[in-house]
Amino acid sequence: MEDVRLIEVKEEILADNIKVAAGVRERLRNTKTMLLNLMSSPGSGKTSLILQTVANLKDSLRLGVIEADIDSTVDAEKVAARGIPAIQLRTGGFCHLDATMVTQGIDALSVSDLDLVIIENVGNLVCPAEFDTGAHKNVMILSVPEGDDKPLKYPLMFSICDLLLINKIDYLSLSDFDMSALRKRVMTLNPRIVIIEVSCKTGSGIEDWINWLKREVEYFKELK
Amino acid sequence: MHELPITESILKIVLKHAETNNVRQVVTIHLQIGKLSDLEDEWIQRYFDFLSKGTLAQGAKLKIERMPIMVQCNVCSTSYEVEVAKLGDLVCPNCGQKDSTLLSGREYYIKDMEVQ
Repeated sequence: MEDVRLIEVKEEILADNIKVAAGVRERLRNTKTMLLNLMSSPGSGKTSLILQTVANLKDSLRLGVIEADIDSTVDAEKVAARGIPAIQLRTGGFCHLDATMVTQGIDALSVSDLDLVIIENVGNLVCPAEFDTGAHKNVMILSVPEGDDKPLKYPLMFSICDLLLINKIDYLSLSDFDMSALRKRVMTLNPRIVIIEVSCKTGSGIEDWINWLKREVEYFKELK
Repeated sequence: MHELPITESILKIVLKHAETNNVRQVVTIHLQIGKLSDLEDEWIQRYFDFLSKGTLAQGAKLKIERMPIMVQCNVCSTSYEVEVAKLGDLVCPNCGQKDSTLLSGREYYIKDMEVQ
């Protein structure tokens, strides 16, 4: 029997994606276009939030949207109907976007004319957390009906985001959602995260989200 | 659900190293994966068996070392290991405080491989 020998590999499994993602970030830094990756479970309000954001910012910022869905174009049509450039990427069964797919979306939008591109990632709290899309900011939504235990079940997602939006706070009085327990769980996983409570339905807290977003875009544009 | 693209990346890296090292057969691949990742060991192996057919890595076994989740107490700076299920209720074993910061547990790494 032939001898078995050991080869040291010492490589990051996701190195290729990390490299493409770094390229996306650099390219968009040159065109001064901030890329924001929005993630959440299905039905927690990603599209509603984007529509609210478009309504609030379309006169002050040049926006674009990259929609990702397993196999439909419903979301992109809703956004495009508001007069905003929107690209639908069909992931064809894949549960997340990676940096190569995002590159296709960016190629299809005229990004040099845009201040902010929002990616609506596939609705899923697991896989999108593992793949760097090349975004400058990662934002997630958790909606009240999903429960305050989600940071325990999907810790990675909460640990990689810059901002957590807690949506559907108009449901709080109907549920046993424990806001202080949730905040504590999230802060343990990610002490730098910003948490904003909103309701896309009533509009409560949306101003805080819009102000955060405007500040981040301004700060991004000033970066050398 | 994202085991497939991960497994494709593993195979690509393994074959690259196999070719540059004149390998005849890859026997075992040692991975280090953080406990915060949701990968299923069994599915990675199944996908690997499927994808590696007809390559130098056909039949290779994946051995996964699960890397611990480490947190650091924000009060006394003690580092300690926790399980995923306990992440919501951390208590520092040294000072009893609950305020802490995540240090590691997200690794995705190929350490080495045994070859012939």
